[in-house]
Amino acid sequence: MSAEDTPRVEDTGFAKKAAGPVKWIDERVGGASLSKGLIRKVFPDHWSFLLGEIALYSFIVLLLSGTFLTLWFQPSMAEMHYHGSYAPLQGVEMSQAYASTLDISFDIRGGLLVRQIHHWAAALFIAAMMAHMLRVFFTGAYRKPREVNWLIGVGLLGLGLVEGFAGYSLPDDLLSGTGLRFVDGLIRSIPIVGSYIEFFLFGGEFPGNEIIPRLYMAHILLIPALILGLIAAHMLLLVYHKHTQWPGAGRTNENVVGYPVLPVYAAKAGGFFFIVFGFTAFMSAIIQINPIWVYGPYNPSEVTAGSQPDWYMGFAEGAVRIMPNWEWSFLNYTWSWNVFIPAVGGLTSLFVILAAWPFVERWITGDDREHHLLVRPRNAPTRTALGAAGVTAYGVLWAAGGNDIIATQFHLDIFAITWVFRIGFFVFPVLAYIITKRICIGLQRADAERVLHGYETGVLERTPDGSYSERHAPLDVNRQYALTNHARLPELTETPLVDENGVELTGKARRKAKRRDKVRRWYYAGAHDKPTTHDVDHALEHFAGHEGHPVELGQEFAGVSETGVPKQH
Amino acid sequence: MSHDVHTPVPAEEPIDNPGLPAHLPRPTDVDPAQAKRAERQVSTLFILAILLSLGFCVAYFAVDIDATFLGWSALNFALGTTVGLSLLFIGVGAVQWAKKLMDDHEAVEMRHPVASSTEDRAAFMESINAANRESGFGRRPLIRRSMLGAMAALGLPAIVVLRDLGPLPHSQWKTVWKKGMRVVNDVSGMPIKPSDIEVGQLINAEPAIFYEVDEEGERVVEGTELLQAKSKAAVIVVRMRPEDISPAKGKENWGVDGILCYSKICTHVGCPISLWEQQTHHLLCPCHQSTFDLADNGKVIFGPAHRPLPQLPLAVDEEGYLIATSDFPDIVAPSYPELHRDQKKLDKGDQA
Amino acid sequence: MGGVYAAFQPGSPATAAADDSRTVEAGRELFLVGCASCHGENGEGITTKDGNNYGPSLVGVGAAAVDFQVGTGRMPMAQLAPQAPRKAPVYTDEEISQLAAYVATLGAGPSIPSEDVLDWQNATPEEIAEGGEFFRTNCTACHNSVGAGGALPSGRYAPSLEGVTAAHIYEAMVTGPQQMPVFSDDVLTPEDKRNIIAYVKTVQDQPNYGGLGGGGLGPVVDGLIVWVIGIGGLIVFAIWIGAHGARSKKKANA
Repeated sequence: MSAEDTPRVEDTGFAKKAAGPVKWIDERVGGASLSKGLIRKVFPDHWSFLLGEIALYSFIVLLLSGTFLTLWFQPSMAEMHYHGSYAPLQGVEMSQAYASTLDISFDIRGGLLVRQIHHWAAALFIAAMMAHMLRVFFTGAYRKPREVNWLIGVGLLGLGLVEGFAGYSLPDDLLSGTGLRFVDGLIRSIPIVGSYIEFFLFGGEFPGNEIIPRLYMAHILLIPALILGLIAAHMLLLVYHKHTQWPGAGRTNENVVGYPVLPVYAAKAGGFFFIVFGFTAFMSAIIQINPIWVYGPYNPSEVTAGSQPDWYMGFAEGAVRIMPNWEWSFLNYTWSWNVFIPAVGGLTSLFVILAAWPFVERWITGDDREHHLLVRPRNAPTRTALGAAGVTAYGVLWAAGGNDIIATQFHLDIFAITWVFRIGFFVFPVLAYIITKRICIGLQRADAERVLHGYETGVLERTPDGSYSERHAPLDVNRQYALTNHARLPELTETPLVDENGVELTGKARRKAKRRDKVRRWYYAGAHDKPTTHDVDHALEHFAGHEGHPVELGQEFAGVSETGVPKQH
Repeated sequence: MSHDVHTPVPAEEPIDNPGLPAHLPRPTDVDPAQAKRAERQVSTLFILAILLSLGFCVAYFAVDIDATFLGWSALNFALGTTVGLSLLFIGVGAVQWAKKLMDDHEAVEMRHPVASSTEDRAAFMESINAANRESGFGRRPLIRRSMLGAMAALGLPAIVVLRDLGPLPHSQWKTVWKKGMRVVNDVSGMPIKPSDIEVGQLINAEPAIFYEVDEEGERVVEGTELLQAKSKAAVIVVRMRPEDISPAKGKENWGVDGILCYSKICTHVGCPISLWEQQTHHLLCPCHQSTFDLADNGKVIFGPAHRPLPQLPLAVDEEGYLIATSDFPDIVAPSYPELHRDQKKLDKGDQA
Repeated sequence: MGGVYAAFQPGSPATAAADDSRTVEAGRELFLVGCASCHGENGEGITTKDGNNYGPSLVGVGAAAVDFQVGTGRMPMAQLAPQAPRKAPVYTDEEISQLAAYVATLGAGPSIPSEDVLDWQNATPEEIAEGGEFFRTNCTACHNSVGAGGALPSGRYAPSLEGVTAAHIYEAMVTGPQQMPVFSDDVLTPEDKRNIIAYVKTVQDQPNYGGLGGGGLGPVVDGLIVWVIGIGGLIVFAIWIGAHGARSKKKANA
């Protein structure tokens, strides 16, 4: 589409056909002036930017498949006798919810497929949200001006968990009923008001006959509507902020380099929707999920070994499993810390920490600039290390949620495993923090080395006096720029303990300033700064002057490239 | 290879921005044959997608819902693979089209500061200030406060109207067990004689009332009421050698020849527990691994549960069947805030 | 009830005692060689100094216990372990019946169930469904809803029911091997047991309608699949979408 040989738009065949409809619509709803920019809006290209799209598309798949399921599902806890096609449950007493789920699975053609698509898409939806969130965290994409969008994302994740749990409970099979029983115990553990919430939510004593219709309403109306609204806000802000991009040649904090929405991005993103949908459908064709028929109907005096929630609630389950059995009788009340702290406290603290982090970091760094260039995880060692510690703590809880499966599959002692997780919850994140920070700093040093001294060619040379050295070749300038295009470490001089008017701080304000100074030093401690212009000049001399380090290796050079791949043949 | 930098660090960037690298054409841009091939690839994918959609419809009507394939439902497999691959091919085709044939010159768009310009912000401030001035919102605190109060007060009806979501908490300390009620085998409802039970035996049992019928043949307890009652009254009966049991003071007579009866509902979050190890006498909850020692009054020996498993005192009626001598003296099921108070009431009632 | 009960009682201890004395004698010889070192020369059990069982007494365990323990390879134990695992049986069927006949003479106990007790293939759908109710009430807590097994304290476990014969399932219920409780015929009648077996066999033989099953391990496996296959697979697509393909060194003609 080079400019000189493109005909004027009015003369193209396309324009002749489209002009009429465009005019008709624009005269009624307007929008051409707004849309002209939007449809050529530039989006950068990188696989990690598609993680959020997986979540978005899974949600659309959930809306489509969920709508299909509502055509047959009966959200009723009324008891009946089953007389459908699944023989081993003939005549068994069960709720209408469970019976209708069996009907969807065995008597409605395609029903089993759509049920499996719905369940896989739900598990995928939350996994993709988390993967997307980790990408945003580890690249610093949540920084100003995107803190609000981060908060919306945290809200979406929270709603996703509740939505997923509500859906998991609806079929009223033995597994989902056991999950509800757990939630009932969790609600009862809420100090002072627990029984009231329990009786209002369940419409009386557990299980009652209200909880499934109520969860159904939340699952198909209330929560999806909230999620949809938040997704809309998330996307609007994304469009307004323009997408972040990785540093690289020609990419700055002031521009965005990529492809226009129409046609390339639309084809890729639209195509990706079909890929996500198709992939989920294909998974549902060959991998079974939640075979409710083998669990049987819910019965409060039955349970199955290996009762687990869906994966995204696994961390809360794990926290409950490894918690010591603390319970108080105090002020004439019972305080069930053994359930309340891990379940309610664990869920709440996860979301509080996630929501607070951008603001905490900003308080530490005092950074008020807008950031549109992503940071490679290694260039923010403390943030990356904290993230790794968080992921490790989450991982320990998650694994603890499956401690019985680990015990049976690997023939281990379940009590010993529980103890490993109890201690590991405190120890492993610290180890992860230390190790990750060291790795980041090591990688930072390696980057600086490569910028200054080039990459190793794999060509060994012997000098006349008999010593060996490996030839280094200078890095391509585009790579050099990409490796240095991030913020320099701030100078950590002692913060002057004065306010804006130059008056010496005293008392509380002084202590606060000192504390912040301390935290900031910790945050930047050990990080390796990128080379200075002085370093680069010095290194250039080094390259030019030293024997065995020629600047040019010539076209015939057959060493390795900077990625370690042989350059020729 | 470290560098001792003695001179002050200059702040500017070490490497200047080399600018966007020159655009390199793809093979499909320069070779019409390659472009043609890519075009055929993409359209083939789309045509396959059409055929697979048709295949879906054929499979829907042709494959029997009971048929199996590789031990899976043949219909599920056929429908899923056809529609799944159809969708995948459309997606892959569209992406391939974008990657191979659509113009791929990278575009550069400049960012604008997220914040509005100072003039816009000033104009906005002016607008809301005008609105404030013209309405007197700031000037008339009586109106402002009463209006905000009126709106806040609407929260009350919104909360109060939810009152009938459920009854107030009640009778959590009671179950359907009472003096003289038979302990019967779950599912079959058969009453149990001590002689039926061997040492090392476990019986998942229920109160007899769940199997009683009235004059019309209707069950006395059924539906939701049955589930609610079951979620507190389910029990397990176990038999150990009497010498292995160390009953607490006052519980010496709660068993019959080493036959003891405990609540089946975990005191942690209420999972029904029946993983009883007959040699160690330990009972493990499959949900969160709380472990109770049934030879030692249901004491917690591992896991997150705090309260021991409540025991149901047993006796034998005149026909020789196992019966309860009272309701549970300790509250069953997961803890709740009023448990401590209810337990005290229960203890007092016991003495009276 | 007594009549039905007697009809289903698979041979009484008296019959076992009246068995061919040669079989019993052969069993005794096998016992002295293979079992007596732990269970004592007369099957009375061996107690260690600190009062624990080295090998428990076999008086009154009955032929069913021998058929189960030796027939599933659990006995003889290869080494001391929290629990004897199922393995290939060491003795032939004939030797097992000889051993069983000998142990049955030590004291009255449950005998090996006869074929007509185990005719689970002829169970009606209603009987299978009732077996399911019993199974979920009495068995799934340890053995899981498809009989995949589950964890017990201190490294012990409830074994998988996959591929266990109907007779062995029946014998396990009547004898309560190792940590498993006993489910006596007086409480869980022979018909109930046969229906349970019919349900287990039906559920294990039926197709995995939805596709590859996670071995009955439930949501933990589903979670792994979602991350590894789901997110992993879609990231492969994402990398393909984001990758810059081959570039030509030639300049475009256009």
